[in-house]
Amino acid sequence: MNRAPLLFLGAFFAVAFSWTGIILSNQIAYGKLTPVIDQSDNKAYPLPISGQAQQGKLVYQDLGCMYCHTQQVRRPGYGADDLRGWGDRQSVARDYIREQRVLLGTMRTGPDLRNIGARQTSTEWHYLHLYDPQLTSAGSNMPPFAFLFEKRKIVGEPSPKALRLPPAYAPEAGWEIVPTERAESLVTYLLSLKDTYTYPDEARRVYVAPAANPEGKK
Amino acid sequence: MASGTNLSESLNPATSSEAVKRAELSEIDASTKIPALFFLCSALGWILIGTIFALIASFKMHTPGFLGDAEWLTFGRVRTAHLNAVIYGWASNASFLVIIWLMARLSRSLLRHPILLLTAGVFWNVGVTIGIYGILTGDSTSIEWLEIPPYATPLLFVAYALMGVWAVIMFRFGKSPHIYVSQWYILAALFWFPWIYSVAQIMTIWAPARGTVQALVNWWFAHNVLGLWFTPIGLASVYYFLPKVLGKPIHSYYLSVLGFWSLAIFYNWAGVHHLVGGPVPAWVQTAGIAASIMMLIPVVVTGINHHMTMIGSFNALRYSPTLRFIVFGAVNYTLVSVIGSFMSLRGWAEITHFTQHTIAHAHHGLYAFFTMVMFGAIYYILPRLLLKEWPSAALISVHFWATAVGSLIMVLVLTVGGFHQGLLLNTPKLANTLGLQPGTDPVPFLEVVRVMNKYLVSRSLSGILIFVGHLAFAVNVVWMLLKPRSAEVTAPTLFRNPPEMEVVTR
Repeated sequence: MNRAPLLFLGAFFAVAFSWTGIILSNQIAYGKLTPVIDQSDNKAYPLPISGQAQQGKLVYQDLGCMYCHTQQVRRPGYGADDLRGWGDRQSVARDYIREQRVLLGTMRTGPDLRNIGARQTSTEWHYLHLYDPQLTSAGSNMPPFAFLFEKRKIVGEPSPKALRLPPAYAPEAGWEIVPTERAESLVTYLLSLKDTYTYPDEARRVYVAPAANPEGKK
Repeated sequence: MASGTNLSESLNPATSSEAVKRAELSEIDASTKIPALFFLCSALGWILIGTIFALIASFKMHTPGFLGDAEWLTFGRVRTAHLNAVIYGWASNASFLVIIWLMARLSRSLLRHPILLLTAGVFWNVGVTIGIYGILTGDSTSIEWLEIPPYATPLLFVAYALMGVWAVIMFRFGKSPHIYVSQWYILAALFWFPWIYSVAQIMTIWAPARGTVQALVNWWFAHNVLGLWFTPIGLASVYYFLPKVLGKPIHSYYLSVLGFWSLAIFYNWAGVHHLVGGPVPAWVQTAGIAASIMMLIPVVVTGINHHMTMIGSFNALRYSPTLRFIVFGAVNYTLVSVIGSFMSLRGWAEITHFTQHTIAHAHHGLYAFFTMVMFGAIYYILPRLLLKEWPSAALISVHFWATAVGSLIMVLVLTVGGFHQGLLLNTPKLANTLGLQPGTDPVPFLEVVRVMNKYLVSRSLSGILIFVGHLAFAVNVVWMLLKPRSAEVTAPTLFRNPPEMEVVTR
């Protein structure tokens, strides 16, 4: 193998082949998927998320939440995602088309969050959990995100947003712990995470019915 | 110009035969000295920084409150800083060192304008530094392996292009009529990396593809960083240093050719196995799995080739530090790749996909294979750049045993731990299969977390061991840089002197 041009040509075609196969062909096949307009409520699914939730997604990205939390539900029968209550159906490509950045994740040190907004609807729970995960999930190895909260002196009335902490965590009298704007955006984002809509097309072609466990755990 | 006397004392019988050839090699080595030393020192700095980040991240996994108030060191950031420091800092700088040094030698070409290459190297490291600072202060892109924020990546790209051009120029204007197998790998890698890097940057950050096509781009890139950048450089080093130290040719030319082209064809399809079970078309997942299995061909072929070269010379492992690191790496290349092929299978991935099993595999490949090979290469290269020998064989020994044992413990613990984690995560399904009461979940999520603790603690301990190895290495390198060159001819530093060396060393 003493001819450099041959080497370069071979190296070029090898990668060109996979680029065409993996990326280009899929870009052509489903790179232009569009939202589905539901005739009954005249909304386009997946629904767009609010500006504040978008801000929250940036917080999610900058703190690196995706290194422990996936955002993809595997089909019923493959793994136990449905049985753990992480989603009623599997995630499909259309769920992600509005996302500027797709955060599928590859690690489940913590649970999947694709439907956390449907599963854990309490804002207060999320604040406490972020402030110190031990408050809501004793034994968790999620780090505390207390730096997303502000300790401040109560001036006049206490803030309605102030965390209701158990005595061991509560600040001294006259002080309160309130979420910063970043914490508020992050929780708004988390609450926006829910793929509850059933796309008619995917329901016919892709969805796998939950088989073994009809009356079981959601 | 330094004469080749130092080299003549080398363990290597192949070069010690002709004085002229030696003088030329010596001159070539000297021409690479400035940039090569720069890459070495940068690589060394990054591996220490990267290991410290790794230890912090590792402690946090079992003691989440550790440094919990420091936002810039929160797990998601420090883990990412670790990855980027070792990939773009340590591994890439070590690769540049090996590339320019090997390329100059194999092409029989002097390195011209070393200062310009040095500038490129400085740019690269400034880019990585800005990138990691950006990650720690919250500008990470959160795209795995591409986290460096977009304000630093153009710098990396330009610096890389400059270094690639230098290597190609050396190749083009060299005096060697042959292209050795190491050069195939290096040339191909230099061509592949900028391609995949620029495509990935464009399609995920500058003009992101819609939906999960992004994820395909992401894993096409992230797997190819290993397959088309680090693996070729690692293999190029094995192909060079193994026969060099042993003083005999590689077993089979044809196996080398087959190994190279099958790697080129199959490796770059394999990345999709990171998305098995995910929201991307099933056919492309299957293609990724098929390619991963096909990777058995280059891996087995290369493994046989190296093994057949090594056969009859295993005794040399007792003496030569370079050989010991290189062989350890080469063996782990075969192991990690074979395991990796099977990890891609749907049945296996169902259990291990989102677990520490993957982390074990990543460290098996990038550490036990690639990093160990780079250590071996550095043990060979540095004495020839500085014309002096390693100051302490004992430190080399500590380095080898700490990193070898540390990395194997880590891989073992996380492989088993990840499998355990995956089985526990799937228990509701197992319960169904076993016909337990519907909806039973024998192992709730927090119980999985609790069970994983012991594996994570063990991983931290193995990490400390590895860090000790790195410290020994760093001390040895700095000591070597600072110690005066000995006036008389010195013998290479070996773990112990082989019988035939006793004559030479008086």
